[in-house]
Amino acid sequence: MSAQEHRRKIVLDQRLESSLESVDESEEKIVALAQDAGFAEEETYRLGYAVREALVNAVVHGNRYSANKTVLFQVSSWERGIEIVIQDQGSGFLAESQLDPLAEENLMNQSGRGLALIKAFTDELVVEPAQPSGTRVILRKFLPPEVG
Amino acid sequence: MSAKLITRQVGDVTVIDAVGRITLGEGSSVFRETIKDLVSKGNKNILLNLAEVSYIDSSGIGELVSGFTSVSNAGGNLKLLKLTKRIQDLLQITKLYTVFEVFDDEAKALASF
Repeated sequence: MSAQEHRRKIVLDQRLESSLESVDESEEKIVALAQDAGFAEEETYRLGYAVREALVNAVVHGNRYSANKTVLFQVSSWERGIEIVIQDQGSGFLAESQLDPLAEENLMNQSGRGLALIKAFTDELVVEPAQPSGTRVILRKFLPPEVG
Repeated sequence: MSAKLITRQVGDVTVIDAVGRITLGEGSSVFRETIKDLVSKGNKNILLNLAEVSYIDSSGIGELVSGFTSVSNAGGNLKLLKLTKRIQDLLQITKLYTVFEVFDDEAKALASF
């Protein structure tokens, strides 16, 4: 971890309801935070898009809209970047067992593109089991060297 | 704003003018129901105008794909008109850009059916 990353601060730390309304509200928040951090318009849109997809995965596939389960939504930033942690309380998820949505035979599937889009719109993506259950997704996006 | 769809008939082509966001929930379901309704009524030539669509998530992309499949299976064609740069990027990332016929000009799109 760089010296700058050591100076990261948590700018948002919330427990969200498992609803699409909370996804919409959180998308607006991350867009505002990305703008504050200095990301340009297009990169802000891409980060907001990736976060929205990850939150939808947590709400829909992880927590299955359960009123008894929440989604951890934590944002931290430092001089050169921003990190978002999204963690559900579902039964877990094996990223490697998912069909490749970009494989020819899967192109016309109705679903399964979310992770591919998250990967395309972020600089680093970690998907790992959470404790005691569920899935933890970490998204990172870095400012270009000339900003700041 | 969740997606609003307005349909109009130009000859034997149904043009769907979409406005807003096609996302999981109301936006994508209204799209799904519109396509289903059109196909059930025998409208097989469908041109989806996306010029005023500000945002489409992966669920919305899935509905585009499902719509394409439904219309194709019914012997028709679903084509796309006036993609914004962002939607074009999404379709390229997901390798769907070459699946759909995409037009920038409505007259040319209509003539292609």
